[in-house]
Amino acid sequence: MAHYDSAMALSDSDVRHVARLARLGLHEDEVAPLRAELETILQHVSAIAELDLAGVPVTSHPLELVNVLADDIPIACATRDDALANAPDRAGDGFRVPPIGA
Amino acid sequence: MAALSTIGLTAEGAAMLLDARAVSCVELAEAYLRRIDAVDGDLHAFLRTHPEETLARARALDEGGRSGIEGVPIGLKDLFSTRGIETTAGSRILEGFRPIIDADVVEACADAGLISLGKLNMDEFAMGSSTEHSAYGPTRNPWNQALVPGGSSGGSAAAVAAGLAPWSLGTDTGGSIRQPAAFCGIVGLKPTYGAVSRYGVVAFASSLDQVGPFALNVRDVALLLSIIARNDPRDSTNVGLPAPVELPEAEDLKGLRLAVPRDQLDAGVDAGVAALFEATVERCRALGAEVSETTLPHAGHGLAAYYLIAPSEASANLARYDGARYGLRVDAPDVHAMYSETRRAGFGAEVKRRIMIGTYALSAGYFDAYYGQAQRVRTLIRRDFAKAFEQYDALLLPTAPSVAFPFGAKLYDPLAMYANDVFTLPVNLAGLPGLSIPCGLADGLPVGFQIIGPAFSENRLLAIGHALERAIEFDPVPPRILEGRG
Repeated sequence: MAHYDSAMALSDSDVRHVARLARLGLHEDEVAPLRAELETILQHVSAIAELDLAGVPVTSHPLELVNVLADDIPIACATRDDALANAPDRAGDGFRVPPIGA
Repeated sequence: MAALSTIGLTAEGAAMLLDARAVSCVELAEAYLRRIDAVDGDLHAFLRTHPEETLARARALDEGGRSGIEGVPIGLKDLFSTRGIETTAGSRILEGFRPIIDADVVEACADAGLISLGKLNMDEFAMGSSTEHSAYGPTRNPWNQALVPGGSSGGSAAAVAAGLAPWSLGTDTGGSIRQPAAFCGIVGLKPTYGAVSRYGVVAFASSLDQVGPFALNVRDVALLLSIIARNDPRDSTNVGLPAPVELPEAEDLKGLRLAVPRDQLDAGVDAGVAALFEATVERCRALGAEVSETTLPHAGHGLAAYYLIAPSEASANLARYDGARYGLRVDAPDVHAMYSETRRAGFGAEVKRRIMIGTYALSAGYFDAYYGQAQRVRTLIRRDFAKAFEQYDALLLPTAPSVAFPFGAKLYDPLAMYANDVFTLPVNLAGLPGLSIPCGLADGLPVGFQIIGPAFSENRLLAIGHALERAIEFDPVPPRILEGRG
């Protein structure tokens, strides 16, 4: 489990990689300050990575829930024009976006 | 008639004025709109008002007849979708966005005849504890304009404290209702997870987010909870409340077993807050409660678990803001560049930090060490609370370790800002209800007292809060407001 320690020391390329995964544009001069901030936060939260919690179940939802089934009744939903009402760039009945890999 | 003052006016009080025909719905709404015009240039609690819609609804109620709570105005955090009315969540990326639906809580308020005054300021996407992370500028604390109102629902708290609305709605993911209620000297309730629908609420951390009321007293909070807590099939995590909300009447705490989780206070509490907290615990005893001490052995890991779980869920929820379908778009020749540049320009520094932490924690190789481990800690914290509630009816803690702090004090130190939530966020991790009531002033600033109960114990918390509030006799009107400087 030694990789938790190394996980706290981020490289600039780690920061660029995570930003790419998050589709978050970063300018080169923003990388180093962000790396320092993230390292500080990760150092703090990493304490729990070292707890021995084998056998403890995860909580994904605080209430004990059971699935319920609803009757299949059609109801009104958003119209095409509603869905397109906030489009930054509408083309007919669709959203226009720039090409992939231009 | 003489001009109606909204300062210190409760929702129940406003309904009585309407019942007595001392004012009409239009006159009442106009009084609040005038008050907003007069002081909100300084406070900046509202991001926007819509006086024409507000007055049209008031006029319709005057003409059609009203009863009960109908005709009382309300303010809404800008996290709630309002059909046709701009909803930004405090972010540039949603500037100009007009939802095509109303959130269920917005619908519930309209169904009850409440009249919306407008949308209230907040930290961007509810990420923050000071409202300084709003893309539209911070809200100021009505008690002292050099101080933050708390956050993320800072606008919701400041508006009620300053008489800009008799009550308001906010959301609480790690303390975002209770902490600003404490900082602004009013009452705020974070209901049990699932009690109130999240349909139409801009999502931050879906397993933690919950909508709740702000008001000048506990009875108004109970009344507003009774309006918003309802079953909504459009939110699959919503269950409503198992029993109707009771308007609290309790005058003592006889027969109640309360406990202070003393180990939690080791995290450090400012002297003035600690003194008022202990005095209020004594007051619980004087009112007839049996007060013991207990521990929550794993809650100390709550801060770390919270700051993994909330950013992880946020990074997934905020993936939808990509410039394609709504909100801001920054043009670029390639679609991936469009996504990246839109998100770079549209999100503020704190939101970017959390997206980065969350994306990192969820990325290959780290998922189990971070998110998985945080969810196991969450189980331990739930068990700590469950064990305590085998013996006690409710737990008592300060709402926040400090009173309101100055602008900039924690803005550039994310960990210091996060630490302000140390007494509130374990409650979200366990999905429990928490009520904050003002318990006095330390150095002239309000201090919050938090009452935490088992899931769906809202009626008990409201009864405790009401009895305490009567005994404390806290005046929620900031002196600066009365002097006309606020």
